[in-house]
Order: sequence, then structure tokens, then C-alpha cells
Amino acid sequence: MTSVLYDVPGPKARLYSLIGSAAGVLIILGILAIAVLTLAQQGIFDADRWAIFYGPMAPDVWNLIGQGILSTLAAAAVAAVIAFPLGIALCLLRISLIPWIRIPTQVVLEFLRGMPVVLMMLFVLLVFATGQFQAVVVGLVLYNAAIFAEILRAGIQSLPKGQREAGLAIGLRSFQSRMSIEFPQAVRRMLPSLVAQLVVLLKDTSLGYIVGYEELLRKIQIMADFLGPDFLFPAFFVGAAIYILINLTVSRIAIMIERRGSKKAAGGMASAIKTVDLEVNVPGTDKK
Amino acid sequence: MDAVIASLPEYWDGFLRTLYLSVISGIIALIVGTLLAAMRVSPVAALRGFSMFYVEVARNTPLTIIFFFAAIVLPRLGVKFEQFEVAAIIALSSYTAAFIAEAVRSGVNSVPVGQAEAARSIGMTFTQVLGFIVLPQAVRTVIPPLINILIALVKNSSVAGAFFVLELFGYGRQLSNDYGNQVLWILLGVAFFYLLITVPLGLLAHFVERKVAIAR
Repeated sequence: MTSVLYDVPGPKARLYSLIGSAAGVLIILGILAIAVLTLAQQGIFDADRWAIFYGPMAPDVWNLIGQGILSTLAAAAVAAVIAFPLGIALCLLRISLIPWIRIPTQVVLEFLRGMPVVLMMLFVLLVFATGQFQAVVVGLVLYNAAIFAEILRAGIQSLPKGQREAGLAIGLRSFQSRMSIEFPQAVRRMLPSLVAQLVVLLKDTSLGYIVGYEELLRKIQIMADFLGPDFLFPAFFVGAAIYILINLTVSRIAIMIERRGSKKAAGGMASAIKTVDLEVNVPGTDKK
Repeated sequence: MDAVIASLPEYWDGFLRTLYLSVISGIIALIVGTLLAAMRVSPVAALRGFSMFYVEVARNTPLTIIFFFAAIVLPRLGVKFEQFEVAAIIALSSYTAAFIAEAVRSGVNSVPVGQAEAARSIGMTFTQVLGFIVLPQAVRTVIPPLINILIALVKNSSVAGAFFVLELFGYGRQLSNDYGNQVLWILLGVAFFYLLITVPLGLLAHFVERKVAIAR
């Protein structure tokens, strides 16, 4: 790998870097070894502590974990599906030409974006006395709709001015131009940010733990409380691993979508050029 | 409404603790994040790998899990804290550092190649190139995103309220128990104090974006 920041390392530098890396790895391994030893002294690695995952209790334990995963995914999915259209609506209001629609929307958006999500969840839970699921979903929807709106607005503002002017010039109403000309381009342009925000939304479902929604982390704690403190670490370890795995998978998918999207955009350009070629070729074929 | 006025001392205490958590974690995260970004572009493969691994894992772990680990699992494993604030600061700064590292790295990438080439051609070493030439310019371009990350940090500090730290959100939960009939006003009060921090920071980000930072 070459970089403009440094020369390609020579033999001496490579040796030093190798020695340094080895020392670093050794230090990290040493810290890990101390940690593992401390844990082992407390009996964390005793087989019976982990038996909950394969012993006679395993079906119940995995069942509980499965329920946790499902409720995490359910909250995220419902919230995402509601938040996106709401985000579009808020964005339309935010860029409205009428000041008494635009300015109140701006205030509301600033308010929603400046709030901790967990506070909104607690607010919904206590003030409207809803169930935990509704509280989690509404909290996530309000916050993420505001973020979606801002992302889309940035997308629309980044479009060349001529797009809207052309739309208006061919007789579209302002709203029609927004919906059929500007929005599709803004969504495509902002797809990476939108998908990244979806990953954040999924991560934020874990805040449901705080308002008592029985998602994965809460299930883990219920399990640990039920089985006793000895099982807290194994339960937490497995739960955290599952959570991180789900998130990593989703962000991998997000990166894949991003790559495919940019490829598709490039494909669109190429095919546009192709149609031009075709048109050029048409007279040629006529001559034959 | 009178419940809010009656509990102003609690609000103030919570407000100060939220500020305290955010400022301390913010400073630690800025330092660690910049170091991580420097490691990410360094010539040593092991440092690059470590930084990449850390950022990837920390960004994909929900903050609640990190808090759960720092405040509940660590003490059971023998790491005892005098105060839960320490656990909160560890969790917040290790989480935020990953985001800051990403922002600073994108800033480093936005500095024109010629800057680093010129620095190297006058004989500067990697540390000098990064410390004197590239990072100062990189930080300027990423000030707006950095402020946004710090705003997110202030909001994220609310999670500490669920893990035994009495900051704004923690007091909000406590007070809404005490004044069950005035929950609406109590929570709006909490919201007001959060906005007291996040809105000025947001305005600052807008201002900096327009005036100070250079767009590339």
C-alpha cells in the first residue's frame, strides 16, 4: 500500500514496524490473557456457566433470545416503514414556499433533532400511557423522520437549479415538479445517507431497554436475573455478540446497496449515451 | 408547571452533570478519535488494522450495550468504580471516539495531495507531515461534522441516566415518578434543558460552516 503521507518503507523501517507490531500484539495479548485469567479465576469459563446455551435449559434460553431478536427487528421495521413517508412529508413542508408552513416545520424539526431519542420514548410512554412497543416505535419514528427530512432537503438543495426551472417551464405545478422531478433525484443522490440512518435506527432500538421494552438486551437481563448473577456474563456475551452481528450484517448490506446504487447511476449515464448513439445510427440504417 | 419550578434545583444539578459528562467524554473522544484516525493512515499495518477493527466494532455496537457492559458487567468482573460517572464516561468516550476517527479520516482524505507531497519533499517525517501540515487543515474542514458528533454525544449522554447516573434524563425519570400527575411538564422541562445545550451547538455548527471552515 502506498500513501502520499509517507515514503514506501525501506527494509529498516519495515523491520522496525514489524518489531513494533509484534510488541503491540504481544501487549494486547498480555492484557487479554490477564483479563481471561481474572475471568477464569471467577469461574466464568466453567462449563456449567455456559451450559444454559446447550444444556437441558437451552431450548428455553434460545427461545427467549429469539423472541428478543424478533422484537428488536419488529420495532426497527415498523419504525422505518412509518418514518420514511413521514420524513418525505416533513421535507415537503420544510421546503414549502409559504412561510407560515415552512417556519413552524423548521422549528419542529430542530426540536425533534435536538432531543435524545430515549427522552421521546419516555415521553410517549408516560404522557400518552401507551405500551412499551408503541413508545419505542413512536420515539424512533419522530426522531428518524426529522433526520430523513433533513437528508432529503439537503438532497433537493444539492440539485442543479435548472431541474426545478425546467419542471416549471414545461408547465408542472410546484408540487408536481417536486414529486416527479426533484424527489426521485434527491432520493437517489442521498441513498447512502438514508441507508446509514436506517442502520442508526436499528441500533437505537436498543434504547427500548431503558423504557422497558422487551428487546434483546432486556431479555438477556431478565434471563440473567432469573438464572442468577453467575450467568450474567455468558448471557451478556452471547446477547452482545448477536446484536453486533446483526448490525454488522445490516451495515454490510448498506455498503453493498451504496456500491450498487453508484454503479446503477453510472449505468444510467452509459445507457443515456447509448441511446444517443442509437439515434445517430438511425439515419445510417435508413440509408441502407 | 409548579412541579417544574419546585424541582429547579434537581434540573440544575442534572444539567450540570450532563454538561460534565459531555465535556469530559468529548475531550477524551476527540483525542482518542484523532489518534485512531492517525493510526488509520499510518505506515504500520498493525496500527491500521487495529484502528479499522475498533472503529468498525464500536460504530456497530448499540450504545446501550456498551453502557450495559461498562456499568453492569465490568463491576461484576471485579473492575470497581467509585462513581458510575466513570463508567458513563468510559462508555460515551469509547463510542464517540469511533465516529470522530471516521470524521477526521475523511478530513485527512480531503486535504489536497500536494500538501502532503510538499511537506514530504522538504524532508518531513510521517508524524511531522500529519501533525503540522495535514491534520490542522483536515480539522478545519471537519469542524461542522465534529460539532454534529458532539451534539449527538450530548444527546447520547441521556443513556447514562438509565445506568445509575443522575443527569438530566435520570432526574427526568425520577421526577416523573415523584410528580405522577404532571409528567408532561416535567419531561418538557427536561427537553428544554437539553435544547439549551444542543440548539446553541447546532447554531455554532451552522455559523462555523459559513464563516470559518473552508469548503473543498
